[in-house]
Amino acid sequence: MSLAWMAWTGPTAIFFGVIATLLVIFTILGIRYPETPRRGILTIETTRGDRLFITLLGSAFINAGWLAMSGQPQYWALGICAFYAAAVFRWV
Amino acid sequence: MDKVQNNKAWFLVLPVLVLVAFSAVIPLMTVVNYSVQDTFGSNVFFWEGLGWFEQVLTDSRVHAALGRQLAFSGIILAIQIPLGIAIAVCMPKRGFWASVCLVLMALPLLIPWNVVGTIWQIMGRTDIGLVGYTLDQVGISWNYARNPVHAWVMVVMMDVWHWTSLVALLAYAGLQSIPQAYYQAAKIDQASRWKVFRYIELPKMQGVLLIAILLRFMDSFMIYTEPFVVTGGGPGSATSFLSIDLVKMALGQFDLGPAAAFSLMYFLVILLVSWVFYTVMTNLDKAEGR
Repeated sequence: MSLAWMAWTGPTAIFFGVIATLLVIFTILGIRYPETPRRGILTIETTRGDRLFITLLGSAFINAGWLAMSGQPQYWALGICAFYAAAVFRWV
Repeated sequence: MDKVQNNKAWFLVLPVLVLVAFSAVIPLMTVVNYSVQDTFGSNVFFWEGLGWFEQVLTDSRVHAALGRQLAFSGIILAIQIPLGIAIAVCMPKRGFWASVCLVLMALPLLIPWNVVGTIWQIMGRTDIGLVGYTLDQVGISWNYARNPVHAWVMVVMMDVWHWTSLVALLAYAGLQSIPQAYYQAAKIDQASRWKVFRYIELPKMQGVLLIAILLRFMDSFMIYTEPFVVTGGGPGSATSFLSIDLVKMALGQFDLGPAAAFSLMYFLVILLVSWVFYTVMTNLDKAEGR
């Protein structure tokens, strides 16, 4: 089966690979260490998976905003995303 | 009490996962792949990086389409939600006429989108259309093909006609589920009709209204067929909403890269809004369940 029609590139493969790996890790974590949802600064109940979703979605917007407004290299935005992720997992 | 955890039931979800993979995930992955490349056809691609995203994010045409889209969704929500509630409150609660009303309200929802577009395209004509002819006779030189304001009025009227019933039916279902005891208590307190609505009906309808707002927002945010049939996105680009603009870019100009970047940004906005609504709704349910 040829996947040429999907026009794969290395970076996009890594991008999806990272997301797939994260999902697998969080599934394993969910099975090994069951948790109860908690309430953070957003005052909504969140599980680890919810926090991962908030992190990924927020990171997408941070990257888009950086690309639109900063004019600086994109990997700086990834740095901001790392801080954002830490904050989400600590306080949300 | 110890609960037995059995995760084998998750295997029952597998068929859905496979279906979603083919209908959504694989196409989405392809779009992501397109968004970082350029092509001139023949399935030959050139690396472009984040260029298309930068172009789309700073493109005044996309910004204008987003502005029109938000304005459209805002306007139709501002009309359909209060109107739907008003209709639901006025509808008979039981008996023959309740059934008649329900069927009548459901009719517009059953009509396919392109047919709704065609109906309103004819309605707006000044020679044979009811709306266009009437407005023309009243002295308004009606021309939705050339006047942007007229085009907007047409598209908004059409959407209100098509979808207000959905809000009304949802609100009606919410009203029907309010126990009679609340109304009796209000009667004992001699509450006015407005107060009954404000302090009993509206709070009890909160859940269904949120669903109505979510559904109407998402649907209007992705609207394509109806305005495409009625105005074709014109005059100029006055009614080119996001999806119409996206299709023009992807299929009209065959700019697959920019269109892919555009659709991913569009997808992100929809994902964010859906998540916000979903979170609010589930938290509301939990608050009510307590």
